[in-house]
Amino acid sequence: MMRGSLTYDRVLNTLAAWALAILWILPLAYAVWTAIHPAAYEARFVLTAPLTFENFQRAWAAAPFARYFLNTTLLVSLILACQFFLCTLAAYAFARFEFPGRGLLFTLVLLQLLVMPDILIVENYQTMRLLDLVDTIPAIALPYVASGFGIFLLRQTFLTVPRELDEAARVEGSSALGILWRVYIPLAKPTYLAYGLVSVSHHWNNFLWPLIVTNSEETRPVTVGLSVFSAIDSGIDWSVINAATLMTSGPLLIAFLLFQRQFVQSFMRAGIK
Amino acid sequence: MLKSTLLKAVATTALTFSTWASAQAVDLQFYFPVAVGGGAAEVIQGMTDEYMANHPDVKIDAVYSGSYQDTVAKVITASRGGNAPQLSVVLSADMYTLIDEDLVVPFDDYLTTDEEKAWLAGFYPSFMENSQTGGKTYGIPFQRSTPVLYWNKEAFKAAGLDPEVAPASWDELVEFGKKLTKKDANGNVTQWGVRIPSSGFPYWTFQGFAISNGVTLANAEGNKTSFDDPKVVEALQYFVDLSAKHGVMAPGIIEWGATPKAFFEGESAIILTTTGNLTNIKTNAPFDFGVAMLPEKEQRGAPTGGGNFYLFKGASDEQLDAAVDFVQWITAPAQSAKWTMATGYVAPRAETWETEAMKTYAAEFPQVLVARDQLEFAKAELSTYQNQRVTGFFNDALAAAITGQKTPEEALKEAQTQADAVLAEYR
Amino acid sequence: MRAWKLKRDWVTGWLLLLPAMVFLFAFTHIPAVNSLINSFYSTPRGKRAAKFIGLDNYERMIGDPVFWKVLGNNLWFAMGTIPASVGLALVMALWVNGRLPGRGFARMAFFTPTVLPLIAVANIWLFFYTPGFGLFDQLFGGLFGWSSTNWLGSPDTALNAVIVVTIWKEAGFFMIFYLAALQAMPVSLVEAARVEGANGWTIFWRITFPLLMPTTLFVSINAVINSFRLVDHIFILTDGGPDNASAVLLFYIYEIAFKFWETGYAATLTVALLVLLCLLAIGQFFLFDRKVHYK
Repeated sequence: MMRGSLTYDRVLNTLAAWALAILWILPLAYAVWTAIHPAAYEARFVLTAPLTFENFQRAWAAAPFARYFLNTTLLVSLILACQFFLCTLAAYAFARFEFPGRGLLFTLVLLQLLVMPDILIVENYQTMRLLDLVDTIPAIALPYVASGFGIFLLRQTFLTVPRELDEAARVEGSSALGILWRVYIPLAKPTYLAYGLVSVSHHWNNFLWPLIVTNSEETRPVTVGLSVFSAIDSGIDWSVINAATLMTSGPLLIAFLLFQRQFVQSFMRAGIK
Repeated sequence: MLKSTLLKAVATTALTFSTWASAQAVDLQFYFPVAVGGGAAEVIQGMTDEYMANHPDVKIDAVYSGSYQDTVAKVITASRGGNAPQLSVVLSADMYTLIDEDLVVPFDDYLTTDEEKAWLAGFYPSFMENSQTGGKTYGIPFQRSTPVLYWNKEAFKAAGLDPEVAPASWDELVEFGKKLTKKDANGNVTQWGVRIPSSGFPYWTFQGFAISNGVTLANAEGNKTSFDDPKVVEALQYFVDLSAKHGVMAPGIIEWGATPKAFFEGESAIILTTTGNLTNIKTNAPFDFGVAMLPEKEQRGAPTGGGNFYLFKGASDEQLDAAVDFVQWITAPAQSAKWTMATGYVAPRAETWETEAMKTYAAEFPQVLVARDQLEFAKAELSTYQNQRVTGFFNDALAAAITGQKTPEEALKEAQTQADAVLAEYR
Repeated sequence: MRAWKLKRDWVTGWLLLLPAMVFLFAFTHIPAVNSLINSFYSTPRGKRAAKFIGLDNYERMIGDPVFWKVLGNNLWFAMGTIPASVGLALVMALWVNGRLPGRGFARMAFFTPTVLPLIAVANIWLFFYTPGFGLFDQLFGGLFGWSSTNWLGSPDTALNAVIVVTIWKEAGFFMIFYLAALQAMPVSLVEAARVEGANGWTIFWRITFPLLMPTTLFVSINAVINSFRLVDHIFILTDGGPDNASAVLLFYIYEIAFKFWETGYAATLTVALLVLLCLLAIGQFFLFDRKVHYK
């Protein structure tokens, strides 16, 4: 009786999970379908549709995607490295040091959690111009490198580190930075992983600011490249957009397919909660 | 003593060198939007390279700047940041906005010889309506378009209509539409008679109906609109009735970007969209199709649309001279013909249509001539000071009426009040 | 001795903060203060400089029906996206953490939104929603004989259609955090409870869910911020229409600032968005701090 209801439960759960999984993968499935078939089959799902590689060729010819991909990778790495560095130092200060103005400064950091750089584009463009950085990858990165979210998150994690560990290291004669490096950072690994994922996902997808601040193909990220195909006076060319999307997201997807076990396990090993 | 002499010598050399260098090369930055798919950017890039190959003293950095909306945002942001391009293609309808922001310089100062002045007269007058104001020329037509009607000849045949005859009037559009609208056993529509896109910028397609009803939406000074004119209300009522009363068009807002696909899929038998789509439809339509002017009421009528070249403040005279020369070159018959055949945009000068290449092309594909012939009846695209905001009010009103939230009269009255409040300071 | 350590702490603290603060001030606070100042000025246009107009922009905002409409839309958008995406993320994580047949496939399916840029994926959803030959119409029409629905083109459904895309994007992303938390959970606790005869629901509510609390809070904060930030797809799906039915606050600010170029009024709306977010954040911050810090 008990066993019977459990199996029933399991079947329902499996069905629901599968239904949701199919719904979730539909956009990708559709992208694959349109990318490998001629445009005439964008809205006709017949199994006999002829296969073609032409959409990829057209997309590849329309924009230098290899370069865009490289730019995005550089951009995301640059932002992430700077964010880790700046936010770690700041979070450490907030979590473990007493100094005048701490409350006020922390409020200012929290404020940045809300004032998204996305809405300060005009002002920030002027700053970049002043710094003579327009049309460079650092210009895309700079407004985001000091992240209120990152500081806040790391501070929360650092606060949970037992004081005794800190004291012990101090007794052994470690400097403030030494303690940070040896005690705090290793214990905060899961937070870094989680925050890293948020950051990479956000900047991988960011569109408006890169469009405004860059001019040349040497600096433009993938999203700006993809927007060539979204300019829709002549209607949306789904086959080519989707071929381009697949080409640019493909490496990440394949990496996930190959490494998904390791990926999830690294989260687990880091003990994220 | 020796040191200062040396410094002077270095300074003089540097100065000579820099003047020599500037005499050698003029650097230009040129923003261009693309609104017709991936290939157009390549064509512009290719033409720019060709120009530079023939003019080694000019270096043009052609920057693809996204959609029209992205481009005007980029141009204004860059100008406010003190980094304006010298040349850009921006919507012709944004002329008053650019003047209002004090960003552009008129072409007139750089068209000095009689020959150059005569060159200006070579553009179709209807394209110049949105390019000139206060006796000055701010825009040079380049990627210009106009909405036209495309019809599916096979669907016409199947519905018992003459496949060679397009609906010529408002009444015929409804009459044909009724014959073309097909339903399945459940009463669900499988083929709509007419599809007029209304997403994003519904004012543009709607304007074709307003103009054919004998009314212009804004004056030539760009400071007064006539949104609540009874003729505009009548046109909007007709537009709304196409789906609400006659049932020949799908209800609700109709997506612009999916319109060509809807045509190819047989979802709609008649569509109304830009000539910028001509090449796309020619390549992809799996059936024989026709192109016609918009249906008439009191007269034929259509808005123009698309982008013009503008010159920007902050550039040196040499840069602007070079920019004007480039504009003259790229709008010249050979280049213009290439551009028109690649995209479907209407070549803005009559002489282009006289070239052998265009004649051959038109002989094979006579549909391409419809847009040109319609120019005779075309009027300026809706354009005012603070253009995006004022057309924004109008778009909201159209959407409210199309989705049945307000009556056409109510919605348009409201839009007119809002527009008046904004435009009062420009009168 | 104590005073000396305090002084040293001061200097260390300040030095550690300095680099981050420089960037925060340069790219957030100074520009934001400029915005606040601009909200009291008229918009400069061409040769007409901005002039001080006091609270006029704020009065205009109070009297702007579109502002109230998008504010209402944004709250609906937040209510529609936050609980649904967090809840679905948790359910998905539980599924792919359990013994589900085809677990690898489900994991990849749930992960796809994270790697597909919203600007590209919005075009795909646009096709799904297209009336007539769009995927949903083909599916529902074929399976149930439903008549065609103009999801994006009708004011009643446009915002909800946008919400669905947002949930798709967010739930898949948040699932990763829940999955990691679940994998790190001690199996012994669940085993012990099972031995004592507790059923699945009890185990979930008594053990799993409380242990996931920190993840839930982390994910919720992200969801709240995103519900005011994720607007990329609106540009492609509906452009805020019909008649602002699917516009949210940041979208409206973008429109005012970068389409209408009314920087003064856009600054005012930005200040309003800030006040709103501050109120939300204060509430959440206290919750977060208490739960995590003193657990």
